[in-house]
Amino acid sequence: MHDDQTVTIRVNGEHRRVRAGMTVAQLALELGLDPDKVAVERNLAVVPRSTLGDVEVEDGDEFEIVTFVGGG
Amino acid sequence: MLKVTEANVAGEDPWQVAGRTFSSRLIVGTGKYKDFAQNAAAVEASGAEIVTVAVRRVNVSDPNQPLLMDFIDPKKITYLPNTAGCFTAEDAIRTLRLAREAGGWTLVKLEVLGEAKTLYPDMIETLRATEILAGEGFEPMVYCSDDPIAAKKLEDAGAVAIMPLGAPIGSGLGLQNQVMIRLIVEGANVPVLVDAGVGTASDASVAMELGCDGVLMNTAIAEAKDPVMMARAMKLAVESGRLAYRAGRMGKRRYADPSSPLAGLI
Repeated sequence: MHDDQTVTIRVNGEHRRVRAGMTVAQLALELGLDPDKVAVERNLAVVPRSTLGDVEVEDGDEFEIVTFVGGG
Repeated sequence: MLKVTEANVAGEDPWQVAGRTFSSRLIVGTGKYKDFAQNAAAVEASGAEIVTVAVRRVNVSDPNQPLLMDFIDPKKITYLPNTAGCFTAEDAIRTLRLAREAGGWTLVKLEVLGEAKTLYPDMIETLRATEILAGEGFEPMVYCSDDPIAAKKLEDAGAVAIMPLGAPIGSGLGLQNQVMIRLIVEGANVPVLVDAGVGTASDASVAMELGCDGVLMNTAIAEAKDPVMMARAMKLAVESGRLAYRAGRMGKRRYADPSSPLAGLI
């Protein structure tokens, strides 16, 4: 954790600083995303939707946040 | 024997995959369209009940971009998440685990590609991924080469549908391998769908006349000058090909055989 109570994480390959103690659901909302329309992977493991509101973001976490797009 | 009426063209000749029943034998992709509205109109015109979708990173810098789900309702149309762009079993499995979490889907389309130029499937990786996915409770419909032996191995490994290519993805060349597709159909105990290679309506009919359970296509509709009209053409082509298969085509002759009686000629 940094002195200003933030942690550094990566979301979809981009570095971000976010508030320490924030949950994954809060992270999604802060990014402007509807947690019901995305899936989240944290450090290569899927975060079950039912636990998005419980799992806290930790320093160094790597997130992939995906959704469905057009494809064949 | 079913009487062939308008009703059973559309409704009384259903097919099943992994215990789910569908009326439409046409599965359409959702890529390459001008916009989501055109895409949704084409899906409607095609009569498809299943659409393939890809799994990609959300655009964190512009989270308010429209989403596919806002135009094609996953509660009404079955989303079939794919693994397009994956070149290893691990990448494909990782993608589908996320897809399952995004909406609870276990029915998925597995494709593991060998290289970017041909987008030809890597059957060794595909078979490995099929085994692992089936073990995790997925029901993979599997894009594969037109190899009847590989098709049986996929089935044994837990594939719920076999989906051989008719020609390279996005090529629109039509079915280049009718003999092998027919052999796969004859040998399979799960549905067989031609996936990739269809260019126009007659190609879809050919696939169905060979006895395939369905056809999956994207580019043939999306890159038509009028995608919505082509979607309707494909719906009719799949239905007519299926009817022709069920009706049983006439035998081929090497010479002419008159349709009018020879007796009573003036």
